[in-house]
Amino acid sequence: MENERVIIFPLGESAMTIEFADAISLAANKRAISLARRLTENPFDGLIEAVPAYSSTTIFYDFSIVKKNFSAFPTAFAAVRNFVEKALTELPDAENENSRLIEIPVSFAAHDALDLSFIAESKSLSEQQVIEIFTNRVYRVFMLGFLPGFAYMGEVDERIAAPRRANPRLQVPAGSVAVAGRQTGIYPFASPGGWHIIGRTDVEIFTPHSASPTLLQTGDTVKFYAQQQ
Amino acid sequence: MSIIIQKPGILTTFQDTGRTGARQYGINPNGAMDRTAARLLNILLGNNENETVLEMNFPAAEIKFVENAFFAVGGADFAARLDEKSIKNWRVYHAEQNSVLRFPEKKFGNLVYLAVNGGFAVEKWLGSGSTNLMAKIGGFQGRKLEKGDTINFQSKSRAQFLPGGAAQSSFKIAASLLPFYSRFPTVRVVAGAEFELLTAHGEQVFRHYDFVVSPDSNRMGFRLKGAPIYLLNQKEMVSAAVNFGTIQLLPDGQMIILMADHQTSGGYPRLGNVIETDLPLVAQLGANDKIAFYLIAPDEAENVLHQHEKDLKLLKIGVKYAMQSS
Repeated sequence: MENERVIIFPLGESAMTIEFADAISLAANKRAISLARRLTENPFDGLIEAVPAYSSTTIFYDFSIVKKNFSAFPTAFAAVRNFVEKALTELPDAENENSRLIEIPVSFAAHDALDLSFIAESKSLSEQQVIEIFTNRVYRVFMLGFLPGFAYMGEVDERIAAPRRANPRLQVPAGSVAVAGRQTGIYPFASPGGWHIIGRTDVEIFTPHSASPTLLQTGDTVKFYAQQQ
Repeated sequence: MSIIIQKPGILTTFQDTGRTGARQYGINPNGAMDRTAARLLNILLGNNENETVLEMNFPAAEIKFVENAFFAVGGADFAARLDEKSIKNWRVYHAEQNSVLRFPEKKFGNLVYLAVNGGFAVEKWLGSGSTNLMAKIGGFQGRKLEKGDTINFQSKSRAQFLPGGAAQSSFKIAASLLPFYSRFPTVRVVAGAEFELLTAHGEQVFRHYDFVVSPDSNRMGFRLKGAPIYLLNQKEMVSAAVNFGTIQLLPDGQMIILMADHQTSGGYPRLGNVIETDLPLVAQLGANDKIAFYLIAPDEAENVLHQHEKDLKLLKIGVKYAMQSS
């Protein structure tokens, strides 16, 4: 995997994306997280933030500071790319990644699991089977996006994977646990959404006023379990 | 020191230069759509350029100054009036106690900004006073302003801000420093990761055709209507970070320009990014206005931004000098 394929391109004048793969891959995700962490812990002057995604990392920086402090480089992009390329050679072995395991209780009661019966019927499974298949796995947080605190987790067992709803809901209740394809996620607060809702948790996903405002972070692992009624 | 909202306007929110550092949590930057306007007004008033300002769509708010204050408006031209007096954009004015600021007529542009000397006392979240309407946090109670809202200033306006109690400043921002607003701008774009995957025809359309801003555009993004364009081969995309100004290609062949309230990530092909200096030209467009793109090299985009930032820095020095000598 080392240096197999790395593409670096600008995302505006104050950001650049480093792409490790053009598909979802565990190895690429680990490298993306590792690069973001490395730069966050050893920031260059002007770094604003390093954001990992499924298989890429995007670096946001203050253009004027980079331009001023690294004037030996022809462009700010060239200066930041230099730091990135250096960091890439120093990345720790991805296999040593330390992931937190977070356990999340879920209510699968009918009034919380609005699409559970639909998934069960379309897959010719009982609702209990869907719940068992869903809770049997440990999921990885590949990235956060869509909404503050919304974690894209995977991979959901193919036996219960279903495409997005044809008609997105205008209001999905806060805490809804949902699936779309091989992905699962938890709606941090009430919002529109097109994923199938198979349960709901009372755990606070989004805590805006704490220093780390989201329960889940990229690279975490998550285990759902059926909450006692 | 405070203002009272007598009429709220259709979408009146507090914004600054954006909330950064929290994209890894899925928290989008928000911030002023026309960032140059917000920065210019703050600079003019002697504030930090990232001070929180009011952003208003049309119809805009009707605002009463509870006490004397120094303020400036800019961006769109909504024929601003302070009581009976006509207010020009990009100038510092003195508002007497109980005077009322109104925006009776939409003459040009889409977003007007109001900044006050000393800045508004708003709710800061993760270091920014910008309003996150989705998470309902930041700015004023995380929402757009409503009738009766009272917003304090952070600090007292400097009494000697204008010489001899003048009602308006003698200086104004040079036209060359203002964004070159137009109802049909050509904005400069740096090609994005998937631009080269466009069909030859698609590339021609992107470069030479114009596009209409769709009415279902908002602070998250501006949808464009025009001749559809496609990639040579459909590409399965993996969600990755996007930015203010990223031009995405939707499956129906139409484009969307991501704006200040964009989500942190996206999974559509990235055709390019509108250069930062030209984003205000996009921000001030309304439904059915038109836009065209002009591709430039990344190095050139950096040169433009570098010059723009130098100009703003010079303005800052100029304002400081003018304030000291007044």
